[in-house]
Amino acid sequence: MSFEKIAGRGVYVKGNDIDTDRIIPARFLKCVTFDELGPSLFYDERFDAEGKSKDHPLDKEENSGAEILISDDNFGCGSSREHAPQAIQKFGFRAVIAGSFAEIFHGNCTTLGIPCLVMSQDDRRDLASEVERDPEAEIVIDLEEKKIICSNKIYSVEMKESARESLLTETFDPLDNLLKAKDQIQATAIKLGYS
Amino acid sequence: MGRALGRNLFQKVWDDHVVRRLDNGQYQVFIGLHLIHEVTSPQAFGMLRDKGLGVAYPSRTFATVDHIIPTDNQSRPLEDPMAEKMIQVLGQSTAEHGIEFFEPESGSQGIVHVVGPEKGLTQPGMTICCGDSHTATHGAFGCIAMGIGTSQVRDVLASQTLAMDPLKVRRINVEGDLTVGVTAKDVILHIIRLLGVNGGVGYAYEYGGSAIHSMTMEERMTVCNMSIEGGARCGYINPDETTFSFLRGLERVPSGNSFDEACERWRSYASDADAKFDDELVIYAGDIQPTVTWGVTPAQAIFIEEKIPSPEKAEGLDKNLISDALSYMKLKPDEPIKGTKIDVAFIGSCTNGRISDFREVAALLPGKKVAGSVRAIAVPGSEQVDKIAKEEGLDKVFEEAGFEWRKPGCSMCLAMNPDKLVGEEVCASSSNRNFMGRQGSPTGRTILMSPIMVAASAISGSVSDAREIFGLSEEVV
Repeated sequence: MSFEKIAGRGVYVKGNDIDTDRIIPARFLKCVTFDELGPSLFYDERFDAEGKSKDHPLDKEENSGAEILISDDNFGCGSSREHAPQAIQKFGFRAVIAGSFAEIFHGNCTTLGIPCLVMSQDDRRDLASEVERDPEAEIVIDLEEKKIICSNKIYSVEMKESARESLLTETFDPLDNLLKAKDQIQATAIKLGYS
Repeated sequence: MGRALGRNLFQKVWDDHVVRRLDNGQYQVFIGLHLIHEVTSPQAFGMLRDKGLGVAYPSRTFATVDHIIPTDNQSRPLEDPMAEKMIQVLGQSTAEHGIEFFEPESGSQGIVHVVGPEKGLTQPGMTICCGDSHTATHGAFGCIAMGIGTSQVRDVLASQTLAMDPLKVRRINVEGDLTVGVTAKDVILHIIRLLGVNGGVGYAYEYGGSAIHSMTMEERMTVCNMSIEGGARCGYINPDETTFSFLRGLERVPSGNSFDEACERWRSYASDADAKFDDELVIYAGDIQPTVTWGVTPAQAIFIEEKIPSPEKAEGLDKNLISDALSYMKLKPDEPIKGTKIDVAFIGSCTNGRISDFREVAALLPGKKVAGSVRAIAVPGSEQVDKIAKEEGLDKVFEEAGFEWRKPGCSMCLAMNPDKLVGEEVCASSSNRNFMGRQGSPTGRTILMSPIMVAASAISGSVSDAREIFGLSEEVV
């Protein structure tokens, strides 16, 4: 999958400081694989104690199949649980646009190949109202140019440079690269008395 | 002198551990100590298997179980089959790869951030990682210690390194003396309140100043523990004599001449007197009062004598944040937080589940009783804390006052074990997060505070000032 351009419909989940316990409540972390996490995304925001839908934006029919999640400041704060971005990805999202991101969450997303794009409050409000007005509107994310196009409007976005670079070069999963430096790793371990 | 500009501890530890610069601008960094637990690590072993990889430095990783273990009945197999399976998978994976596992009833099990320091695994100048955001705790020893995701757990297992971006460093000086009844927990809640839940994004926090350096190691761990709640991925305190005397004699710390040599090396990691910081601020210890949260983020906190904020007096998005938080908490603006009825009192967690936390509360409890309407639990952070507490009779003091004394684990901090709030219960909690639903009920409500404030609130049945309940005043110290 290429990251130069990502196109899909968006859904806006409003609010600052949406934490990882809200993204995926802790009881769903009882698992030994990430495979089944998708349906648990935002569970307590979407369903009441009886499992009845609270008509969350994710569950509105017109938003079904949305691939770009839009939210506000400090998205993903709290725990380091990779279950949060895993649930977002398994639910079907390919990118997240927000006012800002918590750091561990941002790193986890990047490693999974989910771009985290930072957009100003005014632009976000505009994009969100565009998406709410026309859920069919296609959002095109251009990582190369750091811009987003929706309904003939162009918004500029910011992104951590190392994340953008590793997504564009498709080296966002660092492990193969890390393993290339075995000798240097060993030298560092010896130098610091770790081995 | 002709030497390079002073460096801070973060820069020194970072420079020492960098293996190389990567093409995307990140750095490959060696990880000195890797701690794993049953929730975020089993999947990483699966990923290794899928790639046909082994563990590169098994002697640098240590495992324990904390999140899912019940604190009432720990007999095996556990009642919850998935919890049992998670422990078994961790046990099998660690055995297969030759990783030391501090399993239940070994005498060494406990919350990962309590176990590392008490065994002496955590040492100054290290890089430390764990699939848990409260890894920042270990920064109390002068380490770069941070939480990582499961894919990164895999990276550390396979290579003992991580791809990382360097952080900026904000120096937070807390100067002067804390007044009676004000604890390390109040200090960190106050810092988060001042700087916000995302004030630390992109930063490591260096805590310093006379109030910090007069703290014990356990108090320092409480401060560093909640760095992530302020958005800082790690927080640390420069190692000093307090650090070294805590480490002396611990199981995994070198002894004799090697200890003295280690101290010299550890000392050299402390920030230089002329070190530069990307930001710096001063907080006066004497201004800090016992602090409690009223909302759904740790920054939504006030002094015990203050009133709950009003959305009317806020602007923009803050208005919404306050009104949403109040409607979740079912609290009214402009009312005192003191006197808010509680249903549950919890003392424990990686923030405040160490022996000194229980000693401090136990010293105040004799002659007091938990209110009949309150369910109160005290949960030691590790089997070692439990053992010492029992040797000192602290468990009996807690039980006499009406607390249940439990077995070690994360317990009610995060609702992955049977200790949970029910319905809309309000919990006075010594833990670290008051997020919506955090303590296991989607409508449960958490009020964060220090252990002595939890104890005071348990006794009166409502949010209370420990200084009043226990008659603490400057004269008696």
